[in-house]
Amino acid sequence: MSAQRAQFDTPLVFKSGAVLPRYELVYETYGKLNADKSNAILICHALSGHHHVAGHYANAPKDTGWWDNMVGPGKPINTDKFFVIGLNNLGGCHGSTGPSSIDPETGRQYGASFPVITVEDWVESQARLADRLGIRQFAAVVGGSLGGMQALQWSLAFPERVRHVLAIASAPRLTAQNIAFNDVARNAILTDPDFHGGDFYHHSVVPTRGLRLARMLGHITYLSDDAMADKFGRELRAEQFNYGYEVEFQIESYLRYQGDKFASYFDANTYLLMTKALDYFDPSHDFGGDMNQAFARAKADFLVVSFSTDWRFSPQRSREIVRPLLHNHRNVSYAEIDSSHGHDSFLMEQPQYMDVMRAYLDNVAREVAA
Amino acid sequence: MSQFSTQFAADRPDFAAIAAWIPKGSSVLDLGCGDGSLLRYLKETRAVRGYGVEISDLDIVSCIANGVNVIQNDLESGLADFENDSFDFVILSQTLQATRHTEALTREMLRVGREGVVSFPNFGYWKSRLNVLLGNMPVSKELPYQWYDTPNVHLCTLNDFETFCRTQNIAITARSVMTGTRRIGVLPNLLGSTAAYRFQRGI
Repeated sequence: MSAQRAQFDTPLVFKSGAVLPRYELVYETYGKLNADKSNAILICHALSGHHHVAGHYANAPKDTGWWDNMVGPGKPINTDKFFVIGLNNLGGCHGSTGPSSIDPETGRQYGASFPVITVEDWVESQARLADRLGIRQFAAVVGGSLGGMQALQWSLAFPERVRHVLAIASAPRLTAQNIAFNDVARNAILTDPDFHGGDFYHHSVVPTRGLRLARMLGHITYLSDDAMADKFGRELRAEQFNYGYEVEFQIESYLRYQGDKFASYFDANTYLLMTKALDYFDPSHDFGGDMNQAFARAKADFLVVSFSTDWRFSPQRSREIVRPLLHNHRNVSYAEIDSSHGHDSFLMEQPQYMDVMRAYLDNVAREVAA
Repeated sequence: MSQFSTQFAADRPDFAAIAAWIPKGSSVLDLGCGDGSLLRYLKETRAVRGYGVEISDLDIVSCIANGVNVIQNDLESGLADFENDSFDFVILSQTLQATRHTEALTREMLRVGREGVVSFPNFGYWKSRLNVLLGNMPVSKELPYQWYDTPNVHLCTLNDFETFCRTQNIAITARSVMTGTRRIGVLPNLLGSTAAYRFQRGI
């Protein structure tokens, strides 16, 4: 298994009006496309995800895909039955064209000139990749969190091209609180002196401090209060209080570690783009805020899954996806998984979650005779 | 009928009684739908479209495996996700006796549905009466629990349910009483072990 690249020379007009004349998408595939090309599943990634969804490369046995517990032979997204595609979204920093790529027009990295991208733009670019692979209709489009928004958008932008949408730990649009968290994260990056208005590449620096703070904040919102209490509590690294500002509590140490790790490989501009895509997504925007009207176009069947302790995208947000689907008489099932892991639950292996996904996708496999 | 439908017609006689009231192609909401058997039966025999509501994790997986739409939710917290008059029928099959806020739930059934259907074990069945007369709570095929582990907090007789409907301004439009697969016409409150009712909002 190895990553593949697809080059696109037809300009992509973004929702903002900006134009990207040419771009590359990096993707991986698992399993075999069947003769009538009806067994394809697209996996859409969330904020920090990428194309390496499952398995590992021959030369990097430890670099396991980010959703390896869900995708693979005999797993709920069963690659013995389905042809699964994972890609790195446009604007990303894992190989697809993004702010850190070289702009062929200037010979320099895009930086601040990379256009602000939306979920709609991603789905458009994903559809072009599907065209390239000869896939007219996906058996399913699957995503968690921001990936779930892309899956929903597929059913709205290309109603005929997706049979099933699986939206996990997602929301039809962000709340004010969600946007507020994103804005603080962005401000951490934007106000880092090393950010240089997005063109830090030309100064040979990285806005590590901002990116690290953004990730620390984000990480807090991915965990539940309970999970943090269980894992760290008020545990100290030393025996006693030091009455200073160095790392003392284990949770501080953990967050800094997560922040440092993330800042060492993730692109600050990509982080900004991803959070803006989250903020802008709202299918009801063109319908006066009426989500029922927005989903009237959808033709897919839906599985919506939420997790009890997820407060970033709470079960209530998932029910906001279910309601317009009920209104429009779509086939929809909704499962609320009892889990202590907060928003991160969607990446964890939990029996009930796995059983729900497996039961649903086994029926999809029968339907497309995969 | 598929093998599945045939089997369930035999195992759950109230299914057939309920199905007889549901015109082909109706929209149905099945509250406390369990593993989705009734909805699947109605899909196969009456071509209904609809959804089940269920709280149990195990049943959610079974419903999905049965190819039935299911929404995981607690009935007792209401049916807020469902709009007024959005279903032809709202069904509460063998669940009425296990609901805590029975009045509120029947009101919700007739807000969301144009008609309601319930089925429940008749506590007035002679065998139940005999058990109580002899000094024990009844345990039977219809009431398979011991007093200390039963989910049935609101058991009632046919008479009780009909009185309840009168006080709630619910108009009963049909009744079907059975013991096993046998239909009961005479002395239903004494001779019937299971009852199904069809009802709508009273005028």
